[in-house]
Amino acid sequence: MKAQGKVIKLGDNIDTDLIIAARYLSTSDPYELAKHFMEDYDDTIVSRISQGDIIVAGKNFGCGSSREHAPIAIKGSGISCVIAENYARIFYRNSFNIGLPIIESKEASERIENGDEIKVNFSSGEIENISKKEVYKGQAYPEFIQNIIKDGGLVGYVKEGGKKVDEV
Amino acid sequence: MGMTMTQKILAAHTGKTKVEAGEFIEANLDMVLANDITAPPGIDEFYNMGASNVFDKEKIALVPDHFAPNKDIQSAQQCKILREFAINQEITNYFEIGEMGIEHVILPEKGMVVAGDLVIGADSHTCTYGALGAFSTGVGSTDMAAGMATGQAWFKIPSAIKIILEGSPGKWVSGKDIILHIIGLIGVDGARYMSMEFFGDGISNLSMDDRFTICNMAIEAGAKNGIFPVDDKTVEYMSEHSIRKWKEYRPDEDAVYDREIHIDLNSLKPTVSFPHSPDNTYTIDKAEKVKIDQVVIGSCTNGRINDMRIAANILANRKVSKGVRTIIIPGSQKVYLQSLEEGLIKIFIEAGAIVSTPTCGPCLGGYMGILAEGEKAVSTTNRNFIGRMGHKTSEVYLASPAVAAASAVKGELASPEELEVK
Repeated sequence: MKAQGKVIKLGDNIDTDLIIAARYLSTSDPYELAKHFMEDYDDTIVSRISQGDIIVAGKNFGCGSSREHAPIAIKGSGISCVIAENYARIFYRNSFNIGLPIIESKEASERIENGDEIKVNFSSGEIENISKKEVYKGQAYPEFIQNIIKDGGLVGYVKEGGKKVDEV
Repeated sequence: MGMTMTQKILAAHTGKTKVEAGEFIEANLDMVLANDITAPPGIDEFYNMGASNVFDKEKIALVPDHFAPNKDIQSAQQCKILREFAINQEITNYFEIGEMGIEHVILPEKGMVVAGDLVIGADSHTCTYGALGAFSTGVGSTDMAAGMATGQAWFKIPSAIKIILEGSPGKWVSGKDIILHIIGLIGVDGARYMSMEFFGDGISNLSMDDRFTICNMAIEAGAKNGIFPVDDKTVEYMSEHSIRKWKEYRPDEDAVYDREIHIDLNSLKPTVSFPHSPDNTYTIDKAEKVKIDQVVIGSCTNGRINDMRIAANILANRKVSKGVRTIIIPGSQKVYLQSLEEGLIKIFIEAGAIVSTPTCGPCLGGYMGILAEGEKAVSTTNRNFIGRMGHKTSEVYLASPAVAAASAVKGELASPEELEVK
């Protein structure tokens, strides 16, 4: 499993209200939500995202509300992966559950700059910065996490009958 | 190596005698909660998973409170999905308008959570019930759906911070000031993934409402849960509100805590979180006198009867400053009725405030008090992120009911000490 794209760099403590404001929570449609992704932070971000782009952020990404709409909006916007120094716990869980690949790497979070072209290998946890010709180490995904993401999230994974819910 | 209170509750729900921080477990759930925003996607996922019936219709709580009473057609549709699911599944704990209130106010009030319980809720402020000595934590809609289907959820056993509360808080210092002080001290990620366990002789000086407020905002420091030990006040609260059997868990003497924090309650002052982060705190005496447009008193953080009494004590025989829209929201029908019987509602209305039926409305910028461009509000809610209560340039100052009420009277961020209270 791999992702490759141009980086959109964000800071520390990006909260779920910022990712998707509550005024848009009357739907959970990924494409509707994606129209308002990070709107209050920078309303030009949505128009600048190309399919496959990667978010790189600092500490405590996804803090605040439990809204699953936050990772859904990110996925719906075409973002292929999020890299951060670390994550708020509910967001972390929700991302895997809805099939958004996210990875923790302090080194990558510090070194990668806005606009860099990077490549992520989820099996090895390796993050390659093509623009800077550098390689960083993130944590590798165990096979079942890769399968959850491949199946589009926990529901798809359970339906595919790969494993029971309780093994996740 | 001994276990913390949280670890003991989690172990008990897996049938294990011993668990350690970092270990993954699968635990049985006593209650699974969702609201009108988080339940609809969860209900879709419940059926997509292939489930047809909930694991136990008495152990699910569905509460339309965020955009309810329905604020527009879309939210009416969301509430309808919740209602139809509750009827089809014969969910006992579904609360329609008239019975409802803010989820984290009504679950303890209706006796649905007691000490020793394990609760998950598709709402980040589910951590509120730690005040009762329960383990409760927020999850997303998918985890909630799996919980409704199987009655179980997986957890990573958290490590913990020990917070020792000593002494007695001053007249205008409440649970809100204590938790804002702690968040200011350790930061919005200071307890990330961890439990916040409260101890110390100061606890006996805190009302149950103070404790609910403190546990409610544990998530604002990134915590998985906040929890108080059971004492006389907890027992009194539970016997008054619940017929369920409860169980007390105390930490082992050699329980391991990653960090220990001592808080001298006597030295605390009313505390305010400035925009745009709950950890951007100032004591009221050091806070800039910001001119305000709105005050909100209510929410799952501060919508309980003591909060209403504190606000009324300040607003009695006073008027809110002209131009400060003051919105007071009792957290449940019970709190509303009690406020009415105690004459608090009359005080609010005579002071020039408005009183709303229970709803989360303005806290998350839903409705019932949205801020326009550049407007500023003092609010007893829990988050002051960019755009939280309205326009992206609006500002929210988080404070206690006392500070919020005093600010409504003064028209600017103010200390209750600035007013002479009878």
